[in-house]
Amino acid sequence: MNPRVRVTLFLVAAVGITAIFVWGFTGLPSFGHYPGPYGDEVVRRTIADRHATNTVTAVVMDIRAVDTAGEELILFAAAVGVIMLLRKQRGERLVAPPTFAEGRHPIPPSTPVRVVSAALIAPAAVLGLYLVAHGGLTPGGGFQGGVVLAVPSVLCFLAARIRSFERLHDPAVWEVARAIAIGAFLGIGFAGLIASTGFLANMLPLGTTGTVYSAGTIPVLNLIAGPAVATAIVLIVVELLEQVTEVRAK
Amino acid sequence: MIRGLMPYVLALWLFLIGLYGMVTSRNLVHIVMCLAIVQSSTYVLLLEVGYRAGATAPIFKDITSGRSVVDPVVQALVLTDIVIGVTVAALLLALAVQVHKETHSLDPEDLRPMTG
Amino acid sequence: MTVVLEAVSMALVGVFAAGVVLTRDPLRQVIAMGPFALALIVLFTVLQAPDVVLSAIVVGVFAYPMMVLLTVAKIRHRERKV
Repeated sequence: MNPRVRVTLFLVAAVGITAIFVWGFTGLPSFGHYPGPYGDEVVRRTIADRHATNTVTAVVMDIRAVDTAGEELILFAAAVGVIMLLRKQRGERLVAPPTFAEGRHPIPPSTPVRVVSAALIAPAAVLGLYLVAHGGLTPGGGFQGGVVLAVPSVLCFLAARIRSFERLHDPAVWEVARAIAIGAFLGIGFAGLIASTGFLANMLPLGTTGTVYSAGTIPVLNLIAGPAVATAIVLIVVELLEQVTEVRAK
Repeated sequence: MIRGLMPYVLALWLFLIGLYGMVTSRNLVHIVMCLAIVQSSTYVLLLEVGYRAGATAPIFKDITSGRSVVDPVVQALVLTDIVIGVTVAALLLALAVQVHKETHSLDPEDLRPMTG
Repeated sequence: MTVVLEAVSMALVGVFAAGVVLTRDPLRQVIAMGPFALALIVLFTVLQAPDVVLSAIVVGVFAYPMMVLLTVAKIRHRERKV
């Protein structure tokens, strides 16, 4: 299709989209005047019924936990998709680690980058665990902390510790960890179905508000969702890195 | 009314410019990043709908309950969506790598329908 | 004051988004995404959404640039060989 024709089609579509958006916007409440009853009801319920102080995490992991289960499955499917797409094809071979630089123009790793990356591995892991564990209290939670938990793996690679990286990042192990995390999330869901009112119902004892263990299944689901997200992202990174460093056309 | 609706125009602008980038792109990786812009238009729209002027964040660790807060439900939607968006972008980038392996080109114009 | 903050952050997001789209080379686009992610994070902070900000920071600074850079590295390597 001719680029000019394409742009003209796009402009026609843009006019149509704008018209529909503006018609929709006029029905929205004016910016800054959120009226909705649902949000206020959630806020009222979270502290009283769930003993959690972070209402957003309470919505993600408890009140609308079914949506989060679906999103975990999307994460799972995307990771599986990347692994399948980047599997070794017939016309490719894997080169051994000493020949990483074969055919490339290697830039020697700079010492400041290596030192800072190596130094930040432990703090990043601790920060990720803090965000995951305190998800019910302060801003944080399974998803945010989970992505931070994937940072130490990349830092390990940036610190040019290739041997450690290879040994610690066998895709098979991480795939099993991923499957266990997803299974645990759904397992807690089904336990709620069996033991209490419904799928992913909050059925564990609610502790006192403001302590790390409070709000029943919320910290448990956070602790499961964190590694679930982290393992998905690490798997994607490992696959892409393998493509860059090891896979060559025959 | 204009002042109350202008912020939503940002969402429309992001959507249209991201879509324009995808339509006129000559590089598959460029398309993936324009998709990120289109996705961010939905985040901006959702957060703007839930915003309450003069209110604060819906975390009650250090404020008394009863303080006016913004809507937490839309924030929940957006925060999971951001992480999911990045993994879906990874899938698209893996597709781009495989396309390049087959056709040695990242230009969408060079892609032909599959035959046989 | 808040109105100025809101207006400026929204305008910056719009401008930097145009910058990302109009940068055609993927490698340069990764760099253009930096200011866009920063403006988006500032907008989310002004809209009182700390959880979203945490997600956006780590995704916009770490996940997106890393994945795109790895893809570009793989493709460039193949192009150099071919």
